Amino acid sequence: MKIGALTEVFAGENRVAMTPESVAQLVKLGHDCVIQSGAGAKAGFSDAVYAAAGVTVLPDAKAVMAAADVLVKVRGPEMAEARALRKGQTLISFFWPAQNAELLEAVKEQGATVIAMDMVPRISRAQKMDALSSMANISGYRAVIEAGNNFGRFFTGQVTAAGKVPPAKVLVVGAGVAGLAAIGTSVSLGAIVNAFDVRPEVAEQIESMGANFVFLEFDASELPDGAATGGYAAPSSPAFAAKQLAKFRELAPEMDIVITTALIPGRPAPKLWTEEMVKMMKPGSVIIDLAAERGGNCDLTVPDQKIVTDNGVTIVGYTDFPSRMAAQSSTLYSNNIRHMLADLTPKKDGVIHHNMEDDVIRGATVAHEGAVTYPPPPPKVAAIAAAKPKPKVVELTPEERRAQEMAAFKTETRNQVGMLVVGGALILLAGLYAPASFMQHFIVFVLSVYVGVQVIWNVSHSLHTPLMAITNAISSIIILGALMQIGSGNWLVIILAALSVFMAGINIFGGFMVTRRMLAMFQKS
Amino acid sequence: MEFGFTTAAYVVAAVLIIQSLGGLSGQESAKRAVWYGIFGMTLAVIATLMGPGAGLWWLSAVLILAGGAIGWVVAQRVQMTEMPQLVAAMHSLVGLAAVFIGFNTHIELASVAGMTAEAKAALDGFAAVLAKKSSVEVSILRVETFLGVFIGAVTFTGSVIAFGKLAGKVDGKATKLPGGHLLNATAAAVSLVLLVVYLQTGSSLALLVMTVAALFIGYHLIMGIGGADMPVVVSMLNSYSGWAAAAIGFSLGNDLLIVVGALVGSSGAILSYIMCKAMNRSFISVILGGFGGTTGPAMEVVGEQVAIDTEGVAAALNDADSIIIIPGYGMAVAQAQQSVSELTRKLRAKGKTVRFAIHPVAGRLPGHMNVLLAEAKVPYDIVLEMDEINEDFPSTDVAIVIGSNDIVNPAAQEDPNSPIAGMPVLECWKAKQVFVSKRGQGTGYSGIENPLFYKENTRMFYGDAKKSLDALLPMID
Repeated sequence: MKIGALTEVFAGENRVAMTPESVAQLVKLGHDCVIQSGAGAKAGFSDAVYAAAGVTVLPDAKAVMAAADVLVKVRGPEMAEARALRKGQTLISFFWPAQNAELLEAVKEQGATVIAMDMVPRISRAQKMDALSSMANISGYRAVIEAGNNFGRFFTGQVTAAGKVPPAKVLVVGAGVAGLAAIGTSVSLGAIVNAFDVRPEVAEQIESMGANFVFLEFDASELPDGAATGGYAAPSSPAFAAKQLAKFRELAPEMDIVITTALIPGRPAPKLWTEEMVKMMKPGSVIIDLAAERGGNCDLTVPDQKIVTDNGVTIVGYTDFPSRMAAQSSTLYSNNIRHMLADLTPKKDGVIHHNMEDDVIRGATVAHEGAVTYPPPPPKVAAIAAAKPKPKVVELTPEERRAQEMAAFKTETRNQVGMLVVGGALILLAGLYAPASFMQHFIVFVLSVYVGVQVIWNVSHSLHTPLMAITNAISSIIILGALMQIGSGNWLVIILAALSVFMAGINIFGGFMVTRRMLAMFQKS
Repeated sequence: MEFGFTTAAYVVAAVLIIQSLGGLSGQESAKRAVWYGIFGMTLAVIATLMGPGAGLWWLSAVLILAGGAIGWVVAQRVQMTEMPQLVAAMHSLVGLAAVFIGFNTHIELASVAGMTAEAKAALDGFAAVLAKKSSVEVSILRVETFLGVFIGAVTFTGSVIAFGKLAGKVDGKATKLPGGHLLNATAAAVSLVLLVVYLQTGSSLALLVMTVAALFIGYHLIMGIGGADMPVVVSMLNSYSGWAAAAIGFSLGNDLLIVVGALVGSSGAILSYIMCKAMNRSFISVILGGFGGTTGPAMEVVGEQVAIDTEGVAAALNDADSIIIIPGYGMAVAQAQQSVSELTRKLRAKGKTVRFAIHPVAGRLPGHMNVLLAEAKVPYDIVLEMDEINEDFPSTDVAIVIGSNDIVNPAAQEDPNSPIAGMPVLECWKAKQVFVSKRGQGTGYSGIENPLFYKENTRMFYGDAKKSLDALLPMID
């Protein structure tokens, strides 16, 4: 099949859906590649580089549309592009089918197949084609770089000969992929990073990146179940939202840089950073609103613009962060596309097999063979295992704890007393029948067992092998028996006793020697 | 020498020996503890040689020294990985000695019983002690002798088989003769009947037949226990040899024998108990051999084992900050402890946190891994027990499993039908990445499938552990 990449027509879009690197992989799948002249220019890939990688460079979009069986793009098609698709042709790009119903209808009428990269289900197997995540990762990184560009101080705290510099304080709201990337970048630049998310299960991820999780006091019932929404955040209850805003109000005066990434699928971005909070911030502070495209998390955000408020706070509302790093984002996006094509070409023979039974392909396909296939049925494999509610540790009142301790103490006493009584009774019983000479030895025996038990419990685990070696060595104490008998007049007794002495002798020396060798090896670092 | 002096020496020896066991509570004090044991033993032997009843002391001294020389040489030469076999072999010596001493008591008793009163008065030493016994005391003496011989014989053959299994000279699998436990039970019942006969008549034949039965029990019991349970078996035999010594001590009326025998017996019993608890199995089921029956089909394992090459492991290790190494019997078999130690040293030199996680039943002896790592000069303060380290796996970058299998099997927690369900295991799969160094795709000693190998974050590093690690070493920089 021929895979064709088009030049992006959207204003300011620098990315390209095919790179020389991804072409090499596509060729391995048995595909041929064509590209529109100049498609990669803004991302830093010239036509010559493509040609060298074995791509046929065609002069214009029309030629590519005519030649290619599969078209790859970054942004969704314009209406004109959609109308130019022909029956049986496949388009792979971002599409946002929920917002673009009209466009979807147009594609359906053309009879083309559309695979929307934004509809790839969030299951482990599909992570390699999750373009949203790979783009969000870039946005998060770029947001920090953009913030640093507009922030007049160091990120890291320094004590220099010229004076002390406090570290920058960063707040990241929303710890999705973009948020986590922003956390990682700011931490590695040396800032003190706080992060917040409505999904308490991400606290661990936030802390693993080196940031503090901003903790809210709340009831578990107020929380939406993150797993039920495929790992994305869901709208929060009014009570929870109020607490959240109160916390932000408390943090606002301290923070130098605020990066907001909070998005809820299919809804406008929640307003989390109010005008009032912006007013409370120090002059020179920076807000980066990654949700600007969907209306912004901050009240004052102007999409696609950088503004400075009256109190000197810079608010960046760019919506094209990935495009600002076109070389990087093109590489990752083209890899996502390449993985999608690899799934579509299971036999690696250059023949596309559009398997609508496959969860990933079915989920991403929004139009197929003259029909709209959006929305997809829920995937057969649950995206994320529903988090089991943690068993609640019941806080015990002091009385209850006391009662519990008492009960434990009582059972222990009962067990111990019971064992002592039974043991004592058995010994007394033996004493009734056995002669005194036996009982003398028996007392010694019982006490020794008792001492042995007490002593051995304390032996540390790592010394169990030496313990065994040493008990082996001292078990040759049996030599005493042989020594007592060897003086007998009976020749058979002498021979047997002599053999016993000999064997025990081996054991004494061997056992202690081995123990010493073992113990000599233990050393402290 | 006076009898009082011997007893005093025995008291001192007993205290020294208790001290030597108690001293094993810490690595540093353990080095002192051995000397307590050596002095205690020397004192006991000298006191007995000089005490009443001993004769032919020059013969005894020569035999002790000759035996000692052999023991010394063997202990010097043995490899640390062969330690389990050696300990088992030495137990068999104690068991055999107990049998011989029991026979001697029987012979002396028989000859004393036939003597006249005048002849008895002329006796000295051990025979004199026997001659003074009343009829009840003689019965008790017979029971004690009988028990001593029985336990000694079981210990002897059991240890020989355990030695064979550990040394690889006998097939490690659990094998039973047709009839299984019934044979053991019959032999035990026969022994019990013979005990009654022996009590009544004092017949030598009863004692001999019982010895044969006990030898058979020892052989058959240990043959029926799989190689994976050998740590428990060795410590159990250790315990038996102690009880045999205690029984002999009763029959000879020697308190030091009783004290030390009881110490050894209880210590072995406790060790076995600790190990069984670590495997979440009852002592009985280990002794009777094989795993207990399961109630349903084992969970099916899905996925595939993904292999990785040396470069991949090296890259991951170079990137990792915290690493936990989980050694198992495979490391001992491949003699890889030196390479592991070298790897540890290199990684630590680069400032990475490297620790060892030791499962209580890793290897073939309790504490086996600790000894091997200590031999390879891995500092013991980075060698941690399961309970100390299990919580740290989620924050660990790389976990390396070297030749262990069942002790890292997640089925123990996830699959209620697994034969090892409920056994505490090292939760290495919670680490970000797991490498498993393993010879091939086979199952572990217990023969169960290990889902760990199929997990998404697990990579199989096939090959002999030592060779793989040696190939890995130059790539760590």
